[in-house]
Amino acid sequence: MIRLERRKAPSKAMLWLTPLLAVLLTMIFGGILFALLGKDPFAAIHMIFIEPFTDSYSQRQLLIKGGPLILIAVGLSLGFRAGVWNIGAEGQFIMGAIGGGAVGLALYGMPGIWVLPLMTLAGALAGFAWAMIPAFLKVKFNANEILVSLMLVYVAENFLRAMVTGALKNPDGRGFPESRSLAQYASAEMPMLIKSAGLNVGGLVAIGAVVLAYTLLARHRLGYQIKLTGQAPRAARFSGVKPGIIVAATLGISGALAGMAGLFELVGPAGKLTTNFPLGYGFTAIIVAFLGRLNPIGIFLAGILMAATYVGGETVQFALQVPAAAIRVFQGMLLFFLLAVDVLVAYRFVLKKEAK
Amino acid sequence: MEPLLQIDALSKAYPGVQANDSVSFDIEHGEIHALLGENGAGKSTLVKMIYGLVRPDTGSMTLLGQHYAPARPGEARRAGVAMVFQHFSLFEALNVGENIALGMEDAPDRRALAAKIREVSTAYGLPLDPDRLIGDLSVGERQRVEIVRCLLQNPKLLIMDEPTSVLTPQEVEILFATLRKLASEGVAILYISHKLEEIKSLCNRATILRLGKVVGKCVPAEETARSMAEMMIGAELAMPKARDYQPGAVALELKALNLPSLDPFGTSLRNVSLALRKGEVMGIGGVAGNGQDELLLALSGERKVPSGMITLNGEAVGDAPPEKRRALGLLTAPEERLGHAAAPDMTLVDNAVLTAQTRRKLTKNGWLNMRKAASFSDEIIAKFDVRTPGNHVVARALSGGNLQKYVIGREVLQRPDVLVVNQPTWGVDAAAAAAIRQALRDLAANGAAVLVVSQDLDELMEMSDTFAVLAEGRLSKPRPAEGLSIEEIGLMMGGTHGMEPMAGAAT
Amino acid sequence: MDFSSIDPISLIVSLMIAATPILLAGLGELVVEKSGVLNLGVEGMMIIGAIAGFALAVETENPYLGMLAAMGAGAVLALLFGILTQFLLSNQVATGLALTLFGLGLAALLGHSYTGLKPPAVSKLDIGFLTDIPVLGRIVFNHDAVVYFSIFMVIALWWFLNRSRAGLVLRAVGESHDAAHSLGYNVVMIRLAAIMFGGAMAGLGGAYFSLIRVPQWTEGMTAGAGWIALALVVFSSWKPGRLLIGAYLFGGISVLEINLQIVGVGISPAYLKMTPYLVTIIVLVIMSSDRRRASLNAPASLGRSFHASH
Repeated sequence: MIRLERRKAPSKAMLWLTPLLAVLLTMIFGGILFALLGKDPFAAIHMIFIEPFTDSYSQRQLLIKGGPLILIAVGLSLGFRAGVWNIGAEGQFIMGAIGGGAVGLALYGMPGIWVLPLMTLAGALAGFAWAMIPAFLKVKFNANEILVSLMLVYVAENFLRAMVTGALKNPDGRGFPESRSLAQYASAEMPMLIKSAGLNVGGLVAIGAVVLAYTLLARHRLGYQIKLTGQAPRAARFSGVKPGIIVAATLGISGALAGMAGLFELVGPAGKLTTNFPLGYGFTAIIVAFLGRLNPIGIFLAGILMAATYVGGETVQFALQVPAAAIRVFQGMLLFFLLAVDVLVAYRFVLKKEAK
Repeated sequence: MEPLLQIDALSKAYPGVQANDSVSFDIEHGEIHALLGENGAGKSTLVKMIYGLVRPDTGSMTLLGQHYAPARPGEARRAGVAMVFQHFSLFEALNVGENIALGMEDAPDRRALAAKIREVSTAYGLPLDPDRLIGDLSVGERQRVEIVRCLLQNPKLLIMDEPTSVLTPQEVEILFATLRKLASEGVAILYISHKLEEIKSLCNRATILRLGKVVGKCVPAEETARSMAEMMIGAELAMPKARDYQPGAVALELKALNLPSLDPFGTSLRNVSLALRKGEVMGIGGVAGNGQDELLLALSGERKVPSGMITLNGEAVGDAPPEKRRALGLLTAPEERLGHAAAPDMTLVDNAVLTAQTRRKLTKNGWLNMRKAASFSDEIIAKFDVRTPGNHVVARALSGGNLQKYVIGREVLQRPDVLVVNQPTWGVDAAAAAAIRQALRDLAANGAAVLVVSQDLDELMEMSDTFAVLAEGRLSKPRPAEGLSIEEIGLMMGGTHGMEPMAGAAT
Repeated sequence: MDFSSIDPISLIVSLMIAATPILLAGLGELVVEKSGVLNLGVEGMMIIGAIAGFALAVETENPYLGMLAAMGAGAVLALLFGILTQFLLSNQVATGLALTLFGLGLAALLGHSYTGLKPPAVSKLDIGFLTDIPVLGRIVFNHDAVVYFSIFMVIALWWFLNRSRAGLVLRAVGESHDAAHSLGYNVVMIRLAAIMFGGAMAGLGGAYFSLIRVPQWTEGMTAGAGWIALALVVFSSWKPGRLLIGAYLFGGISVLEINLQIVGVGISPAYLKMTPYLVTIIVLVIMSSDRRRASLNAPASLGRSFHASH
């Protein structure tokens, strides 16, 4: 009989091996999925996992697509570590884009290098404020932050719809539900820093967030308190950690980062607010956070990998005529396998003889 | 007549520890048989094998001449073996009747069962109301539920795992009367304990376990407590040094402390008052669940009370957060090591930071000084003889005794003015327990005030200068510990929760 | 603005239709949570039920076979969650989320070729004279079978949880898995059964969307209904009767929102569409604010992993 046995201490090796194992399993089962769809599994796997890293156009896309994922996931990971489940990053992402976008649209046409920083600040504040709703309700009324933050995603989506058909509608847009194009407003354009690497300001901010989060967790009292709260909530209270502050801090940080990501997406790839603006980055970032072991550096790597599945997914979609949803199945599978093999970190399988 | 249960060379190994090593003994019909041993001697593993919760690696059992190898508790129950657990297997949000039905193989319908419960529980002097929620019952009453559940199935063998550790002396007498009545009706009782006086007065025979092996068999009535203790421990125990008690100024004062419990099944504190002086060790006894947890939360600062209810060296601190209290010199060590006093999956260094940030100056402007934290951790390990491969080990990996030494050491080495500890030696081996008690007394001898909350009356009698009892959230008036009799303590502990000893059955 | 175009009887009828899917999913999750497991994958299981039910109903032209398939699909997806959380001891919150993300993706993939099709119709009860009774006839005697089934399940689950031995064991496992284990109950298997029941109910709830309420297949059509069902379980204090009340209140709100849109109250429809979600938040806040009572009602082992140490 095979049974689980708890390890004396979590295995460090498994901590890093399990994500690789999960990727491997996803390749195998994803391949089977493509085969079932009648597509060449080897070509598909190659396009998703190899080509994005070898093709120079795709390489540039990795950071561009990975940036927002990393930025959101780093914020989420702080909360997840503390047992604060912000599932509504998608809503904070949308509100960030609306908030920052509104500033840009209000200033539309006005030159100035301060325009983009101001928009970024507004985006971060909007995301922060949106995340503070579940934080406040959790601290004050003990309301479950998972459900509240998620409900607010649907509210934000409808708010976006109201905005692009109302206050932020393009006055010259002949009734289309969309805002003016920020892509044609030079001061609101996101500068590309290193073109060959696809590094824009958003990417740089994401890398900065990784470094800051790493330092926070390793060296700062708040990081210590976040870890403590997640691992042993009663010990945290005994130590003197105020649970309300941890809830507010982690939700606030993740909301601000998601809001910033939303703004960068708006002034970068999207260019304008439309009802199609939400791409589900807020949800995919949850996968990125777990795949990266809630560790900032791991999240950076996981974000790049996830970006590859997006970039490669597009290739597969066109080259093999696969529905866009296939790639989401792929990502969901990845998270599933990761959670399944995660057991190896804290437990090990032992073969046990039955008593005679 | 053949014995009821023959146990033949049972062995069971867990990773790194041989829990039972070829254990053999017999239990006769109608006898009360003691299974004696220290924490970790393998008593629990042995009874779990008899009750079908654990399968032995090797060895066999014979019940009434039949081969007996229960794969599940249900099989054990059908064969006539019943068990009352040390930590009750009860469901707080369910009522007495439902709890009893869950433990029976063929439970009758609700009404018939309720009538049966009333009948049997009254017959054995343990009256129960089937409709009450478990969460609303006292600890003694909960144990009654466990016993009645067993009795309803007419067991041939009743296993009792440390039944008296949670009872007041009066409740213990009632329990013993019930057990003697059962034995006189032919039911065998396997009685697990490390309380020697109890075993002397109750049990017909005893089997003594040490480190998983049978190290002795005896008739308790013919032994002295000391001779059994030496068999059990395998060495003579060092007693703490006596010391002069010279009380100084009042360090910690509680003035009519009131605190409603947040746990729907907890006990609220009512009008708790005490004055603890420098150099004094005050023991607070009482059965668990009578407000001990709430008292600790109020003192550690995890729950806030109006500021004047708690004063520390004259300063009102009732509403001060934990870190503020530590800065002022009030330290606490909660009962539960894993998850409350220490974070199980964090290293010993991280766990040193848990309470020592302020007094040991381990942070500066919010940044942690990990080098300082590591050296403090090493200091605790060295001075308190914590057996560990190093300070990088996670707390969970340490044995109970070693982790407890680490937790107590962490607080003691911060040189508190007042130290409050809850159950300082619960589940700790004898040597570590003695070391911890000595450290606490040394702390008081150096002028600190120490408050020890414990359920172990022997421990409190050994350590305390003054003694009080917490019962149903109220604290008795503290009295000098010297010269207190067990009867007086029993009365302080708040009687018997309505239990009456059976006529003629009591000693 | 013309409120007279709102017919109160149709309002009640459509309220029941709007409430049925979240009632079904909520009842399933209630049982799961009573066993001590928190499955946040309700949304994922519903959407899989929606597409599986739709696909099979279209292929076989039999809506009831479709519903059975939906229950099966929901249960299979739930089993995946069960294996991960019960055997591999994965975090229940994360695994539930994974289930939802995976379910939404898989449903979109499977549903690719079913967009725009019409499912076979589900007949409504029509008992001539009874159904013809004014007002009451349409409200009580003129529904599809699933509406009656959902109400039957409320009563059945009340009986199961409060009167049957199996229900008692289930509650015991949810209260304290350690105590239940030491009495010899198979915690993992009992929870697995509850999880699969929850999946089947969520699947049926999803199929109700695609086969009856809408009825067609569109991507992401459950639009958060699974999450609302989760909130309703909190609202109900884990009691089937109160879940029914909650679901119908909720159905009322969403129907009113649609009617107000039709009438045109001068507010952007986008704002009206927010109301069900905002109401859910308000309900959650009210139900959770009394911590002592909230902790008394919730199963004590909810969301905690169980691993027998011996």
